[in-house]
Amino acid sequence: MTAVPIHRRRLLAPLARIAGGDKLVTAALAVLAVLIVAAAFAPWIAPYDPDSVDLSATLSGSTPEHLLGADQSGRDVLSRLIFGARTGLLGPLVVVIVSTLLGMLIGVAAAWHGGVVDSVLSRAMELIFSFPALLLAIILVAVFGVGLTAPVIAMSVAYAPYVGRLARGVALQEKARPYIQAYKVQGWSGWVICVKHLLPNIAPLILAQSAINFGYALMDLAALSFLGFGVQPPTADWGAMINEGSSSLLQGAMLPALAPGVAIVITVVAFSLVGESIADRVARREQ
Amino acid sequence: MTEYALEVENLRKTFGDHVAVDDVSLTLRPGGSLAIVGESGSGKTTTARMLVGLERPDSGRIRVAGRDRSGAARGRATRLARAREIQMVFQDPYLSLDPRVTVAACVEEPLRLHFAMTSAERRARRDELLARVGLGEREADALPRRLSGGQRQRVAIARALATEPKVLILDEATAALDVSIQAQILDLLAEIRRDTGVAYVFVTHNLALVRHVADDVLVLYRGRVAESGPARDVLAAPEHPYTRLLLHSLPHRGWDPARIAADRRALATATRERPPAPTSEKRSVTS
Amino acid sequence: MTTRLLEIENLTVRLAAGQAARPIIDGVSLHVEHGEAVGLVGESGSGKSVTCRSVLGLFPEGAEAAGGLRVDGADILTMSPTRLRDLRRRDASMIFQDPRASINPLRRIGDFVTEGLRASGVSRKGALDRAEELLESVGIRAPRAALRRYPHEFSGGMLQRVMIAGALAGGPRLLLADEPTTALDVTTQAEVVSILTRLQAERDMGMLFVTHDLELAAAICDRVYVMYAGRIVEAQSAEGLFSRPRHPYTSGLLAATPRLESDRPPHGVPGRPVSLSEAPSGCAFAARCAHARPGCTEHEPGLREIDGAQVACLRAEELIHD
Repeated sequence: MTAVPIHRRRLLAPLARIAGGDKLVTAALAVLAVLIVAAAFAPWIAPYDPDSVDLSATLSGSTPEHLLGADQSGRDVLSRLIFGARTGLLGPLVVVIVSTLLGMLIGVAAAWHGGVVDSVLSRAMELIFSFPALLLAIILVAVFGVGLTAPVIAMSVAYAPYVGRLARGVALQEKARPYIQAYKVQGWSGWVICVKHLLPNIAPLILAQSAINFGYALMDLAALSFLGFGVQPPTADWGAMINEGSSSLLQGAMLPALAPGVAIVITVVAFSLVGESIADRVARREQ
Repeated sequence: MTEYALEVENLRKTFGDHVAVDDVSLTLRPGGSLAIVGESGSGKTTTARMLVGLERPDSGRIRVAGRDRSGAARGRATRLARAREIQMVFQDPYLSLDPRVTVAACVEEPLRLHFAMTSAERRARRDELLARVGLGEREADALPRRLSGGQRQRVAIARALATEPKVLILDEATAALDVSIQAQILDLLAEIRRDTGVAYVFVTHNLALVRHVADDVLVLYRGRVAESGPARDVLAAPEHPYTRLLLHSLPHRGWDPARIAADRRALATATRERPPAPTSEKRSVTS
Repeated sequence: MTTRLLEIENLTVRLAAGQAARPIIDGVSLHVEHGEAVGLVGESGSGKSVTCRSVLGLFPEGAEAAGGLRVDGADILTMSPTRLRDLRRRDASMIFQDPRASINPLRRIGDFVTEGLRASGVSRKGALDRAEELLESVGIRAPRAALRRYPHEFSGGMLQRVMIAGALAGGPRLLLADEPTTALDVTTQAEVVSILTRLQAERDMGMLFVTHDLELAAAICDRVYVMYAGRIVEAQSAEGLFSRPRHPYTSGLLAATPRLESDRPPHGVPGRPVSLSEAPSGCAFAARCAHARPGCTEHEPGLREIDGAQVACLRAEELIHD
């Protein structure tokens, strides 16, 4: 009996160390680890092909064969959930990488140069802020057609100002610190100071924001798929699964819509927890 | 007569409507030591920042080792040349070192930028510089947060000396340190000046310190030169009421803070009615 | 014998939370009489601020305190939270180092000065009148108008005066000043100190003045305690401290201070100040002391009375510093 918890603790130990002993953050990290593994090894882990149909199991509810039941077309919900983690994580990952790079570039450039450059970039960020992200996505869908591309581009643009505003704020603070001024006095160019010294020092805070953004981007992309603008059925995708599953709700089958919904909520919360934890740690180190 | 290490004429700097520095002139001979004394708002820090190129003067001229350095450093060559002429040590040793960079790397960085050295030569020079400020191998591997305030200030001095400057600006460089440590750093600075012939500009609010570290003194009041001359003469027989006020403000036995408070109000009233007149020519430092 | 205004007896404070367990101050005893100005001097890590704050029951998070700590005979360590709040409001108040960090920037000066008065049941009108008087007494021009202004409209020196006015609102008998002028310019420091000492004398308050500046403490205090690594190493009259410093650390501090009237350059004390948790056994100063003998690192020296001074040095009798 005791072997299991010890074994489990051993597995969690490195995560707990990263989390600084915080139980909630350890759990969040564990959730993310499971998700990544599921996405990477979906064909080996999933009990069925996500598209294979077992009509006898249609809207079956939880059974030993189908742990999370099957949907209205008789496809295994658990398998679709596992495969759904792929688009579910890939889309936000691209969004976060692009928006973080873009935001850091804009934010740090605005902070470093100040004056006109700052005004122009700050106004540009406000402009994007004031434009609803979902609307931007729908417009881009009109251009690129439905699928993952248009929503991902739209979200990348829409999320950049969140990173940009934060990056500008912390870069302004950091720029005023004497160690950055000492680099200037040593004769380094602004470019080298920013890339080699300022960015690495503000990166942890930006990373925290990006982790939180990951969750939100996942939610937004799922919403677009749910609305039919994003990933298209029959591809397994959490947002699209909720859309397809919602019609079965009336027939009393909760699992096809509920399972991907819960997956989204858990993932978003996990990313938020990790992000907050990074931010807290930076704050503690600062003081 | 030999050329000055530093020669400043009619320096002026405004921020909006606020005149931070107004008509400040000074000279510093090679290997000399000049104290710029004043309180917050006196313009002493702005003056120091203009000298190292962190601010650009609105008008006036700065010559370092005979070369004009009034304008912005355009281009790499000017930037580097300037960095090899003049360096700065900042007030707060807790903020003036890059938190991510070890002591050794901190001293090696300017060497890498300024001198073509093999890595062995660079390491040897680094150890020499660290030994010069009384730091050994143990400190070399440490990150700044593991060091005490005094040790950090030693690192900042070693870093500033790395480019072999002719002039070193010490911006309240000992103000944040404990008294028992401050004296150690002052000893070290005196020794370095004796050995290397570098010239110092001490920016400070403490006139008692001036007596022990500077040959000449420049007292700034509200952005203008109130009084200047050999430190010994100015401290023994101050001519400007503000210099007298500063002297009396130092706590000592038989101190009468109430009288100082009255003098301060009188001075403020007098200068509101009539801006401070420049003092007699006999004590200009340019003699 | 009347009770002393402030009596600290053998106070020990230690952080007890798990791995962070470490002592901060050890066996500190000091007292302040009614109407007396007492200096508490030390460098970083000496524990001077912790000692000062403990008087109001303000301890670092997770700290355990033991010993005697009495204000007018009332024991702080066993006091109920309600009684402690009353004490802070009426009997003893504190002025902090950085006025801007210790005042709520979003509230008006008037709210800050009157909040204690209002909480103790004074009417709004009465509190405002009283606040106006207080601001006037700390030399703020047009005090009525100042009540409606915000902290950012004041300079650091002016804001520290407001803090003093706020500290005096409850009519305290004991004033705790924790480096109140360190963040100020020298001429402003003189002005704030003159206000502080005048009010202290006029109102016959006792004052514990914490500072790193030995000269400043000696200039305004009757007696001075010198702390090093969480312990008091010397206590004597301000006059005696300069003419006959008894502890090598005190004379080291005096020699390290740059002086206008002396040609002798300031002379540093080797090493750096340590905190109590870093201090080795025996005398904490021994490692930096030119007079240290092998015995110094074996026994922790207690305070002994020598010619009216209290000194914690094994060799105090042999060494006369000048």
